[in-house]
Amino acid sequence: MKAKKNKRLLTVLATLGVGIITFITIFPLISLVVSSFRPSSDLMRDGISLSIDFSAMNLDNYTYIFTQASEYWDWYGNSLIISAITIVLSLFFSSMVGYALAVYDFKGRNFFFILVLLIMMVPFEILMLPLYQLMIDVQLIDSYFGAVLPMIVAPVAVFFFRQFAIGLPLQLMDAARIDGSTEYGIFFKIMLPLMAPSLAAMAILQGLGSWNNFLWPLLVLRSNDMFTLPIGLATLLTPYGNNYDVLIAGSVLTIIPIIILFIFFQKFFIAGLTTGGVKG
Amino acid sequence: MEPRKKPNKVYKFLNSKNVVPYLFVAPFILSFLVLTLYPMVQGIIMSFQSVLPGQVNFIGLDNYERIFNPTFYKALSNTIWYVVFTVLILTIVPMMLAIFLNSKLVKFKTLFRASLFLPALTSTIVGGMIFRLMFGEQDTAVANQIISFFGFDAMNWRFTPWTAIFLMVILASWRWIGVNILYFLAALQNVPNELYEAGDIDGASAWQKLKYITIPQLKPIIIFVSTITIINGFRMFEESFVFWEAGSPGNIGLSVVGYIYQEGIRQNDIGFGSAIGVILMLIIFLVSIIYLIATGTFKRGEN
Repeated sequence: MKAKKNKRLLTVLATLGVGIITFITIFPLISLVVSSFRPSSDLMRDGISLSIDFSAMNLDNYTYIFTQASEYWDWYGNSLIISAITIVLSLFFSSMVGYALAVYDFKGRNFFFILVLLIMMVPFEILMLPLYQLMIDVQLIDSYFGAVLPMIVAPVAVFFFRQFAIGLPLQLMDAARIDGSTEYGIFFKIMLPLMAPSLAAMAILQGLGSWNNFLWPLLVLRSNDMFTLPIGLATLLTPYGNNYDVLIAGSVLTIIPIIILFIFFQKFFIAGLTTGGVKG
Repeated sequence: MEPRKKPNKVYKFLNSKNVVPYLFVAPFILSFLVLTLYPMVQGIIMSFQSVLPGQVNFIGLDNYERIFNPTFYKALSNTIWYVVFTVLILTIVPMMLAIFLNSKLVKFKTLFRASLFLPALTSTIVGGMIFRLMFGEQDTAVANQIISFFGFDAMNWRFTPWTAIFLMVILASWRWIGVNILYFLAALQNVPNELYEAGDIDGASAWQKLKYITIPQLKPIIIFVSTITIINGFRMFEESFVFWEAGSPGNIGLSVVGYIYQEGIRQNDIGFGSAIGVILMLIIFLVSIIYLIATGTFKRGEN
């Protein structure tokens, strides 16, 4: 009887403890949303404060962003376009490479695979200055293509697709060959659809990475109307600015596509994240 | 069925099983050559050069001699403190939370798990902006309200040396906690149940089970998580940029990558920036190897 009571007390305490930490973790996001309804002058004066005056809250920040802040929507569009290109191209190329490394037996296969693992370990920041110089030389500065180029064949994605493709049923390939299918037909019509779960997981990871990417676009994108959202928002973070109306409502709207993507593919995402990473 | 096309030589060649894999791998080879190998070699070459528009001079070790200056040491020490704190926080806290979230003691697990993951969906820029407002210098900003409730004086968070590092650490910890919890949860699901049953038979307490079963079983994932946190820590840039943009007073928030950005892009001294990059790569390489040896990852036969 006593043991049972103790256990219930423990349950309450543990749940409460984890609950408090969870609350602290999501508190910044809650306060972001709440603050987006506060006048921006308040934010300038008080920062985010615990005392909230609900009567002072209104939709002005959102009205402003939807009617006045045309540059914000340029950034939004750029982010959408760049993320979409990155997702499509990186899934296309990386799945092709990962698949080939998994199912074909060819000379150099192990060499290429080890190369993938090695590149995963080279931090991008080391390569960024020479790449930046290269982009200047080939005049890709301030272009979508320049912004996505280094992300097209992602070694992490190649690795992940290879791990997934190893489990594909190879007998299907022989059957398709007997039916006269080409190797390309086998990949696009039979194997790629079988890889759908891994494609979904990578779509989210690559989308998330690209949507929130900062340093490379910061170097490559120069003009205001070419900025992506993170860069555009960062330019508003000036010591003297009172852009909090765009900044705060804009930030809330920034998270929406990611939340939609996340809710939609949550199951694949978590599975993808864990299999992709732990075996690394 | 489709009518068979006449086998054409080129077509046959392109479809042979000896050629197809190389065509599939070609994008990777191409991107490796252009986007990894070339910049790596180029970066090393440029680190021995002074690079000005239309004028490149070989200057030997001058860039490297210049690196060892107070600003670099400041950036390096900031980065090292950041690495130490993020590794400690982002390994221990997510591990404890994952153990709780995996136990039968805690209710509403799915809700907690999803909520703890939410920060990972935001960008560092958005997160940093919220933290700037929470840790504002005003007495009314949340952080100052809380510490003054406990009797401390309001702080100027962004402009005091130790709180500057604290801000960067707390922002990174906040964003990555959920991801690391997922890694630990995945690993916990692979701990064989028999071990706990055996522990029960031997009358082990919850604490003993944690110490002698759970943590040793989690060792590989602890090493994985801490290693990527170390590597990512040395790459830190955004956390610093979002709090101080162009520069912090006395460089209290400067990171090594921030220094590369400042010299290589802002000052347009790509040669010098490349030299810092080479040094950073050596540091990351050295630290990771030492860490992996110290934690016994290279030892075979164990486990």
